[in-house]
Amino acid sequence: MQRRDFLALSAAGGGAVFVSGLAGCATAATTAKAAYDDFYFVQLSDTHWGYQGAANPDAAVTLRKAVVAVNALAKPPEFIVFTGDLTHTTDDPTERRRRLAEFKSIVADLKVKTVRFMPGEHDASLDRGAAYKELFGDTFYSFDHRGVHFIALDNVSDPGAKIGEAQLDWLKTDLATRDRQAPIVVLTHRPLFDLAPKWDWATRDGDAALALLMPFAHVTVFYGHIHQEHHQMTGHIAHHSAKSLIFPLPAPGSQDKRAPLPWDTSAPYKGLGFREVEAEQQGQRYQVTEHPVVRA
Amino acid sequence: MRTAPQQGSSATQWPRRRLLLQAAAALGTTALGRTLAQAATQTMPHTGPAPREISVTARRFEFVPAEIVLKLGEPVVIAVTSLDFIHGMNIPDLKQRHDLVPGRVTRIALTPREAGVIEFVCDNFCGDGHEEMHGRFVVQA
Repeated sequence: MQRRDFLALSAAGGGAVFVSGLAGCATAATTAKAAYDDFYFVQLSDTHWGYQGAANPDAAVTLRKAVVAVNALAKPPEFIVFTGDLTHTTDDPTERRRRLAEFKSIVADLKVKTVRFMPGEHDASLDRGAAYKELFGDTFYSFDHRGVHFIALDNVSDPGAKIGEAQLDWLKTDLATRDRQAPIVVLTHRPLFDLAPKWDWATRDGDAALALLMPFAHVTVFYGHIHQEHHQMTGHIAHHSAKSLIFPLPAPGSQDKRAPLPWDTSAPYKGLGFREVEAEQQGQRYQVTEHPVVRA
Repeated sequence: MRTAPQQGSSATQWPRRRLLLQAAAALGTTALGRTLAQAATQTMPHTGPAPREISVTARRFEFVPAEIVLKLGEPVVIAVTSLDFIHGMNIPDLKQRHDLVPGRVTRIALTPREAGVIEFVCDNFCGDGHEEMHGRFVVQA
């Protein structure tokens, strides 16, 4: 068995349980899996299709390699989600549509029936989501899967990184009749909390969304934007950011500028990857397994 | 918690010879931030000469100048003009942000109370290069 890094996080009871590394966790996961009707999905993020630059000289093939890697998983996920920045931004509306269409064509090779998308600011901020909606549909929505309520929030179509009153009203309505003990997973692009405001790693009205979610006992947020793993609690709500598939960024606020980490020719694709998210204990506990783009 | 946009917040206040110190109430981690927090948001009588005004241009994808040297204790007005986009100017340590509307001068009054660095960033996504649009005030004793 390949070495796998496990991170088990509980959204229950206000505490995060980090279990790292390792083989013992795999045993624990197996036990939990036997007891519940568990499932897992795959999160990919920040593919930035169309990027050209020194931070990833293999940008033209990285996404395709990730598709191959996901397809090679021993057991296919029940669905896949892309948490934004599908494409790298461009001022040209025609080129934006071309990149979005090309991205869509490449990920059509994923051998999973259900693939869900959401925009990042690179896809949607310059035209308030117009091109994205043409190719992918709504920028925010909800769905249910095996008893877990998933909510995709759009905090990028407004160039000021606002969710906005209309969407917050929709969220309030979506939550209104929910059982407060039922598990909820929020999918979004930017952090909903002020992770690093000096790098603009925040959502301007994210606190309003979190206030609506706070009455629910089991809420977990998976997001992208910051091109690295990061795990944080706000109250009892757990937030987990994903790696990118184009270039990694420095730790939040660790230097003056949020410039990409340089490409390492001795370790191509270092810092890039995607993740499995396994829902356990009826959606009250999530185990995250990180995967590289290519296996060494 | 973020504050709402305060476009051109001090543009009309100088004729009344009053200094609006829009410093932070519950600031971040910098020592400078903590000192400015003591000033909080308040209106104070201004008895000295008009503060020095420093012009800043915002354009894709830079603030010019990106580094602005301030003197400790000196009231200044940062007069920001955007040339091409409604850029944002977010100054997290001061808990304030502004939308920079082209054709309008946004004036930001402040009086640094401690030496150090105050960073600011464009927080309205403006294109390929947005992530590079940073600047900072360097407060010298």
